[in-house]
Amino acid sequence: MGYIELMDISKSYNKQSNVLNGIDLNIEKGEFFVLVGPSGSGKSTLLRMIAGLEEISGGTLKINEKIVNHLPPKDRNLSMVFQNYALYPHLTVEQNILFGLNARKIDKQVQKKRLEETAKLMGLSDLLKRKPRELSGGQRQRVALARAVVSEAPLCLMDEPLSNLDAKLRANMRIEIRRLQKQLGLTMIYVTHDQVEAMTMGDRIMVLNDGVIQQVGEPITLYNKPSNLFVASFIGSPKMNLGKAVLTDDHLIIEEELKIPINSTQIETNIKNKNLIIGIRAENLPLGSNGEETYEIEVVNVEQLGNETLVSFEVGSELWTAKWLGQWLGKVGDKVPVHISIENIHFFDAHTGNLIQAASNTNKQEVVKI
Amino acid sequence: MSMSNPTLESLENEISEINFEQIKKKQRLKSFAKGMLFLLPSIVLFGAFLFYPLFKTIYLSFFLTNAQGETTVFVGLQNYIDMFASPVFQQSMKSTFLFVLYTVPTTVVIALFLAVLANEKLKGIGLFRTIFSSTMGISVAAASVFWLYMFHPSIGFLNKMLEIFGIDAIGWLTDPKWALLAVSATTIWMNLGFTFLILLGGLQSIDSYLYESADIDGASYFYKLRRITIPMLSPTLFFVITVTIINAFQTFGQIDILTQGGPQNTTNLIVYSIYREAFANYQFGTASAQSIVLFIIILVMTVLQFKLGERKVHYQ
Repeated sequence: MGYIELMDISKSYNKQSNVLNGIDLNIEKGEFFVLVGPSGSGKSTLLRMIAGLEEISGGTLKINEKIVNHLPPKDRNLSMVFQNYALYPHLTVEQNILFGLNARKIDKQVQKKRLEETAKLMGLSDLLKRKPRELSGGQRQRVALARAVVSEAPLCLMDEPLSNLDAKLRANMRIEIRRLQKQLGLTMIYVTHDQVEAMTMGDRIMVLNDGVIQQVGEPITLYNKPSNLFVASFIGSPKMNLGKAVLTDDHLIIEEELKIPINSTQIETNIKNKNLIIGIRAENLPLGSNGEETYEIEVVNVEQLGNETLVSFEVGSELWTAKWLGQWLGKVGDKVPVHISIENIHFFDAHTGNLIQAASNTNKQEVVKI
Repeated sequence: MSMSNPTLESLENEISEINFEQIKKKQRLKSFAKGMLFLLPSIVLFGAFLFYPLFKTIYLSFFLTNAQGETTVFVGLQNYIDMFASPVFQQSMKSTFLFVLYTVPTTVVIALFLAVLANEKLKGIGLFRTIFSSTMGISVAAASVFWLYMFHPSIGFLNKMLEIFGIDAIGWLTDPKWALLAVSATTIWMNLGFTFLILLGGLQSIDSYLYESADIDGASYFYKLRRITIPMLSPTLFFVITVTIINAFQTFGQIDILTQGGPQNTTNLIVYSIYREAFANYQFGTASAQSIVLFIIILVMTVLQFKLGERKVHYQ
């Protein structure tokens, strides 16, 4: 049994349609669990329900084997970091950090000790006398984290804590939060809309859309075997290239344009002549070389990133992107050959959007090669 | 000659021809004129109804006047000297300060209490908010007449209540011991709506995240009230206190209707005293002198508040 158990949790406002539906989930002790989804998917609501800030409309929530549906937030033994940090503007950093300990009437000596430890851990020792408005965004973020740390609650909830920071600082804080979590052995539930954060930080990820769980799993699993089209297009950057396809006896025809020969052993037979949507990752569309099966495409956009190049081209009505390592100095309008291999293609049912067959070729080897 | 030299020369010439200082000056003048144009309506209105009367009052306070308000004899500071020596004026000052002391803290405390209550998210809270703020929509005259009936010695609601409990009737507006308190109660009731509304607005602008965070930290209701609500509300409180004090010093309507300054001048607040001096006794000189004193008192009180209060106020 997990540390946190959600059993058939649902949420509705004013008895109208549910914003969350049948959420079943187990989170282990010490796990870094990420809830990810687009805005309006219900991920923040779910987090606030775990915190006790929102009423649970249906289902059971257990923390540490105890049912906590009815408990107020303070009795759930958790800490929370809010998106806007929720720092008290009229209190100094020190008072902000100690606010909770004061409220719980913890001994002054203990408070002092914990404050010193936390401030040192978070690098805030020199800022204790300042007010929040005298701090930079990153420092405020650190104070918010310090407040969570100082409470010594075993469970920490974070609601998009990095979305107010600039990109560089965000990358730093990602590592810092992750390290802190491991160091303190915290169980973390982390809400974000940023799939990069989800991929890089989570031990496990839950993808949520329209209040329904799409997939739960390790980041790499989500990337390699997305269980439906939503996860496929949500996880990964640039997003997975998708296209309508049909499977004939010996060919896969994508968007009525690309014809890829197949031999029947590669594909399960029961998906033939069905309406399909296929997906292929940008890094699996390499520049074609001699001796390979290639397709000529016309470049419509080139994005130079320095270490890699993103090349966009049209396939039927879809705009696909290929990611090539290094600097490719082509121009818009160039015709270039692209290699498409059947092992890299994911097959989805066009009606349900569910995965039928994942790509047999994962990217594991490539990393080893380099 | 190469081509570059003449062009370079002409560029230098061009630069020297432009007088940057003069152009800047011109632009500044232009923007000043534009700004003045925008300010003109306010300047005209304030000038006609505020600045001119102010200076005229200062001027009048150094003279004796006839019944038409025309100056007759220049007396210098004699008006002021007489005024401070007058027991009626001393009584008036005492009553005014007592009145401020009775009304301001009570109004703010009651309004704060009601605002905190009305800030809870409950069903039908809108009804209570409307009720609590309703006195804002009642004119001074209507409210005073309403209270006049409440205070009526024989048929008034208050004395009827006292009768039930077997207590002797009180001459609310005729007994020198009670009159100022009665007027204060009326004023508190009247000011409550406005003060409540402003404080409620202040409460609602406090970020709900702060309370949620405190909930998770395990803070009790009163701890939150003391450590979050009151400090976060301090700018609003400061504003409300300043405005209520100024209003209290300027009270006139309810005095005129309820007591007309009596009994024994106990409710003869300073604005009413000014009114009587000018329009009953036709002493525009002394009335002006009193006005100036009132002006200085309010000015000093407000400055003092800003000096003392601002340090304790947390602006975001």
